[in-house]
Amino acid sequence: MLEHIELFFRSIFIDNMVFAVFLGMCSYLAVSKKVATAVGLGAAVIFVLAVTVPLNWLLDQYLLRDGALVWLGPEYADYNLSFLSFILFIATIATMVQLVEIVVEKFSPSLYNQLGIFLPLIAVNCAILGGSLFMQSRDIQTLGLAFNYGISSGIGWFLAILAIAAIREKIRYSNVPAPLRGLGITFIITGLMGIGFQSFGGMLTGGDEAPAEEAVKTAQKIEEGKINKEMDENEVSYNDILNK
Amino acid sequence: MGLLTKKDAGLILDPLADNNPITIQVLGICSALAITAELKASIVMAVSVMFVLAMGNVVISLMRNIIPSKIRIIVQLVVVATLVIIVDQVLKAFAYELSKTLSVFVGLIITNCIIMGRFEAFALANGPYKSFLDGIGNSLGYGIILVIIGFFRELLGSGTLLGFKVLGDPIEKTGLYSIGYENNGFMIIPPAALIVVGIIIWVQRSRNPSLIEEN
Repeated sequence: MLEHIELFFRSIFIDNMVFAVFLGMCSYLAVSKKVATAVGLGAAVIFVLAVTVPLNWLLDQYLLRDGALVWLGPEYADYNLSFLSFILFIATIATMVQLVEIVVEKFSPSLYNQLGIFLPLIAVNCAILGGSLFMQSRDIQTLGLAFNYGISSGIGWFLAILAIAAIREKIRYSNVPAPLRGLGITFIITGLMGIGFQSFGGMLTGGDEAPAEEAVKTAQKIEEGKINKEMDENEVSYNDILNK
Repeated sequence: MGLLTKKDAGLILDPLADNNPITIQVLGICSALAITAELKASIVMAVSVMFVLAMGNVVISLMRNIIPSKIRIIVQLVVVATLVIIVDQVLKAFAYELSKTLSVFVGLIITNCIIMGRFEAFALANGPYKSFLDGIGNSLGYGIILVIIGFFRELLGSGTLLGFKVLGDPIEKTGLYSIGYENNGFMIIPPAALIVVGIIIWVQRSRNPSLIEEN
């Protein structure tokens, strides 16, 4: 149980998809002009990650890794197919996205109207493939943990795009230097948010860094204050949109 | 120009500045940022992308008339994934340390939006030779930004370039360090890459005001 909680918080805050490893930046920058669309894309990413990471975990465990084919018989124990993982992972993702699109369209047209336009975008979102590749390279142990990893890194991405969309809606009213408008200022804001998220790094180290712990804690408190404020702001602007 | 007509040369030169994939088209940011803390990794990444994009463009362009448009995304993904596997295996065989540094980001070339973007926008509508030039041009534009970011991050962050201590030795206090210079640890952490890209965009758009966006 404890490792589930640890993985959950680690993938949301410390190894955040956007701020720590820069995955899914393309759609992060392209679809973050409005909070409402950002929420749609974020929800779709959580959903697809939660489906594809456990699936790819099964593929990795029973097909690809060194000695994975041993369930076919002892003479298969020497096979190592891990060089095929890129092509299999991306094929799984592309198929799953297509399948999810069809199923959602059939059974929940209202959800399809919200998520539909984003689903094709997601097949080539690096956050999705990145989720599977990190799952493989970090050697996640059980199916449950893989599912947890998929959902929580999706939530991390959702949080990031929600925050930047809220900030971009507000920044329209400020006087940004002309050459920085649009893309430039978005990069710099993301960088600053990333520095903020870096301070979460101290969250799980616990007793390992006894002397520095105090400093980390205070930094964290300040940061949490900031993030909470930011979240409140998001909440407010999102409510505004709902009201409209 | 000899080999290249003026139009063909444009295919290579445009993406270097005024139609740069990273700063103008906003493609391929994902992998551009994570691996630029060292110049060497940036260069290897740029070369890998150049191989994948140029070859992929040629392959897709040769097949453009037989790919049914409904399944073209999957066909494109398979072509890219095959090329990326080749790059990954070559790196693992000849530069194992470097392939550890790049870790999953070699695999993420598959979903690098530059590749899919150029396939969709160019290779599906043009012949193989032009597509090849377009691939080279766009990956050069991508590579140039990567090298610039890698150069500044490694120089300011660790005081080295390609591993050589160009600013002197920080422990024995030689070179610049003897007069009190310190490395800027900020440049090593990931978010610094975003800020460097922001500054590059700032400089580029100040020099060429026609690129400025409406808010």
